[in-house]
Amino acid sequence: MNKPATPNSFRTGPDEQGMFGIFGGRFVAETLMPLILDLERHWNEVKNDADFRAELTDLSTHYAGRPSKLYFAEGLTKHLGGAKVYFKREDLNHTGSHKINNCLGQILLAKRMGKKRIIAETGAGQHGVASATVAARFGFPCVVYMGATDVARQSPNVFRMKLLGAEVRPVTAGHGTLKDAMNEALRDWVTNVEDTYYLIGTAAGPHPYPELVRDFQSVIGIEARAQILEQEGRLPDTIIAAVGGGSNAIGLFHPFLDDKDVRIIGIEAGGRGLDGIEHCASMNAGAPGVLHGNRTYLLQNSDGQIMDGHSISAGLDYPGVGPEHSWLRDSGRVEYVPILDDEALEAFKLTTRVEGIIPALESAHAIAHAVKIVPAMDKDQIVIVNLSGRGDKDVHTVASMLGMEI
Amino acid sequence: MVTRIDRRMAKLKTEGRPALVTYFMGGDPDYDTSLSIMKALPKAGADIIELGMPFSDPMADGPAIQAAGLRALKGGQTLVKTLKMASDFRAGDNETPIVLMGYYNPIYIYGVDRFLKDAIASGIDGLIVVDLPPEMDEELCIPALKAGINFIRLATPTTDDKRLPKVLQNTSGFVYYVSMTGITGSALADTGKVAAAVKRIKGHTDLPVCVGFGVKTAEQARVIGANADGVVVGTAIVNAVANVLGPKGEKTADPAEAVATLVSGLAQGVRSARLAAAE
Repeated sequence: MNKPATPNSFRTGPDEQGMFGIFGGRFVAETLMPLILDLERHWNEVKNDADFRAELTDLSTHYAGRPSKLYFAEGLTKHLGGAKVYFKREDLNHTGSHKINNCLGQILLAKRMGKKRIIAETGAGQHGVASATVAARFGFPCVVYMGATDVARQSPNVFRMKLLGAEVRPVTAGHGTLKDAMNEALRDWVTNVEDTYYLIGTAAGPHPYPELVRDFQSVIGIEARAQILEQEGRLPDTIIAAVGGGSNAIGLFHPFLDDKDVRIIGIEAGGRGLDGIEHCASMNAGAPGVLHGNRTYLLQNSDGQIMDGHSISAGLDYPGVGPEHSWLRDSGRVEYVPILDDEALEAFKLTTRVEGIIPALESAHAIAHAVKIVPAMDKDQIVIVNLSGRGDKDVHTVASMLGMEI
Repeated sequence: MVTRIDRRMAKLKTEGRPALVTYFMGGDPDYDTSLSIMKALPKAGADIIELGMPFSDPMADGPAIQAAGLRALKGGQTLVKTLKMASDFRAGDNETPIVLMGYYNPIYIYGVDRFLKDAIASGIDGLIVVDLPPEMDEELCIPALKAGINFIRLATPTTDDKRLPKVLQNTSGFVYYVSMTGITGSALADTGKVAAAVKRIKGHTDLPVCVGFGVKTAEQARVIGANADGVVVGTAIVNAVANVLGPKGEKTADPAEAVATLVSGLAQGVRSARLAAAE
């Protein structure tokens, strides 16, 4: 790709048009355009508003349990015999993943905007659960769109959403995964423009969503940076996070982008390998295109039709990626590498055995890459892996992969 | 630059009737059948043809047009073939305006400059690209206008008076008023409100205003056509094709004939629109 000139800072985007270089933007139907401009106005009002920040911080602390711990993974470190491995424990948050960070921020925004109804899309169901949770907490009716395939493979999360009072609408279009759920959520939004807030779960979609989701998730990296300085007295050598849409990754990465000695690695779902079409590695095997309101790397054919992709992890099963990641890829600041289903599964099993932590399959992709690179690193080096969620939701998937019935 | 759309709209104005704008999905259910549908449209009374470019993720479309797009893609339709279809149609009809309608990504991947060159060579007169609002005009709208192709913008109930000038700024050919907030194929909005909206838009522009989304019957076409300069029908036409396809996609009757029957009725509707309004 055409490599942009290296900027003075990697943390200034997007520009006023919502662009990160050629990526991002506002590719939406006219019906939605006034809504997106209205959202941008409110976002610009609240992002530096002390009262809004205070309310969010209070909820993050007392409701979600922040700050999440930065945990020295001694068992894994000993097992790998190289650099020290730390886990940023987003799995310990209320609802079991990083998704709550974004949902709390956006529900406060929805409340300020006077909206009456929440819609969301979900893949693994983590964002659906987090959305249903904040909707329950703030008294909003909530509709969650979820691909029919994902409804089947993430049944515990479907039940949790229903318990929380949300309506889960299965989407049968396409392969019935996250992309199709997002299409359906957009159709709902374009129909119910008066009263509905679309709570997007990842750092993608039309501007200002990639920016606001990133800012709500950046608490991960801000904390991790302060914690490692506190615990080790220095910055890490490498930080790693899994990238589906990329919200946990951009949340960890963004505060480190201008620390030029910190190597930053994003992990894409390599599925069954990049040779075929059974993967979701849009930045390694896709091309820039326009979908869901933004320009970004996409899995697509030569006619510009979007492909469905595959990952063992429902949360990574998306043919695109947040636009800021596409820009960070082309600018060379962040490396993006694929991890296969089997490698993620091995890391899942390993972490469970040596750490007593069952990681989400999404996070297991990031751990799998640490397993690859850590043994060759020096013992005094430091790696932080974002443990973006807990794996309870994945036990059925893992059992069937291992040929067991539970 | 005067396009076929401008000429057709001017002619209809002298005749004192609104245009019947018909949308169909290019390549549904296969290339040859779809071309026969396209050729049948003007004969049945269509004034302007919207040729749908199938896309895997049509975010503003309801189930009928989603299914039509998937049938077309399954039948092997591509943007290359959609342009060829326009070109094949032009060999026998050099007057009926053709507007390509769809989403941006296939055009972006084809390459904007190459696309505009090939679109002109294929006899395309206008473009409707759902996911390119005025904020993204540099992408395709400005290059299309420079190349001499009309860029037809959608105005919607959420486009207020403050925003309308921005929406109309680089619009040409006609303005497409989306009758309600929603996806294609939904129920028709309150026709009184639609008439008021058309009047509001006409206060901002001299361009013809066509109304679409939700118009399915000749009677609805007549009522909407009493105030609008054109009536757009899409989902009903796509459904006429779907209705003559069996469970495995086999044809149970001639789709072109089914579409022609529907369009003839709609054409009678728009032709009686102003008579009814004058009564």
